[in-house]
Amino acid sequence: MAYPMKIRASMMGDKVVVKALITHDMETGLAKDSSGKTIPAWFIQQLIGSHNGKTIFNAQFGPSVSKNPSLEFRFSGGKVGEKVKLTWIDNKGETRSDEKEIA
Amino acid sequence: MNKTRRAVLQSSSGFSVMALAAANGLFTSNAFAQAAAAAGKPVAEWNKAAFDTKSLQATATALGGGTAVESRDIIISAPDIAEDGRVVPLNVTSKLAKTEAIAILVEKNPNALAANFAIPEGTEPFVKTAVKMGQSSNIHALVKADGKYYFATREVKVTLGGCGG
Repeated sequence: MAYPMKIRASMMGDKVVVKALITHDMETGLAKDSSGKTIPAWFIQQLIGSHNGKTIFNAQFGPSVSKNPSLEFRFSGGKVGEKVKLTWIDNKGETRSDEKEIA
Repeated sequence: MNKTRRAVLQSSSGFSVMALAAANGLFTSNAFAQAAAAAGKPVAEWNKAAFDTKSLQATATALGGGTAVESRDIIISAPDIAEDGRVVPLNVTSKLAKTEAIAILVEKNPNALAANFAIPEGTEPFVKTAVKMGQSSNIHALVKADGKYYFATREVKVTLGGCGG
């Protein structure tokens, strides 16, 4: 199940600061459950940020990224009221997109 | 609280969620590819080879670079002592001109590479996230700038490991 991301995009001077909280278990494939069985790996592999149809951020994640990953990055060229879109895909092919207006 | 009603609600919402998930499963990858294409960029393959590497130099090679050189222009900001290895917040800033990518590595994790961030033009060479650490280890930031690879290292001590221990 893919839950919505919490995204914040705000102007800081002439730059846009994008903060995101993603809800994802990010299982490493090394942890065991209470019955001793290995929990299969399940983690976000890629995340793309776009603004006005332009890629502003492109991340590849391994299982070492924390559970419920947090992320912050900054880009220039954004204006108040425009939208920032984040999309991720995990190793099971699940994906989720969320948009946020720049405040 | 009306238990029957709750049970019915839960089971019905559970069913619709399952149905949705099944429906989604058919085109999820496509949706991502479309989002990527809409952003003007074809979706890149997840770099499995790089994420399988065990050391800094091996990662640099897998990412397509040669030997990485240590640089003082990369700043890793992380706690000296992390109480909880499951969530170690850190950020990396690169002052190198033409920074194209920033990768974060945890040396003693089962696989060294944690994340690799491409920094397109117009995006600041800065990234903040959180990683898991199995034990006290060096953290490396591997930066690609103007086609070359540079790195910086910082040691983080972990009180409680975070890799399934």
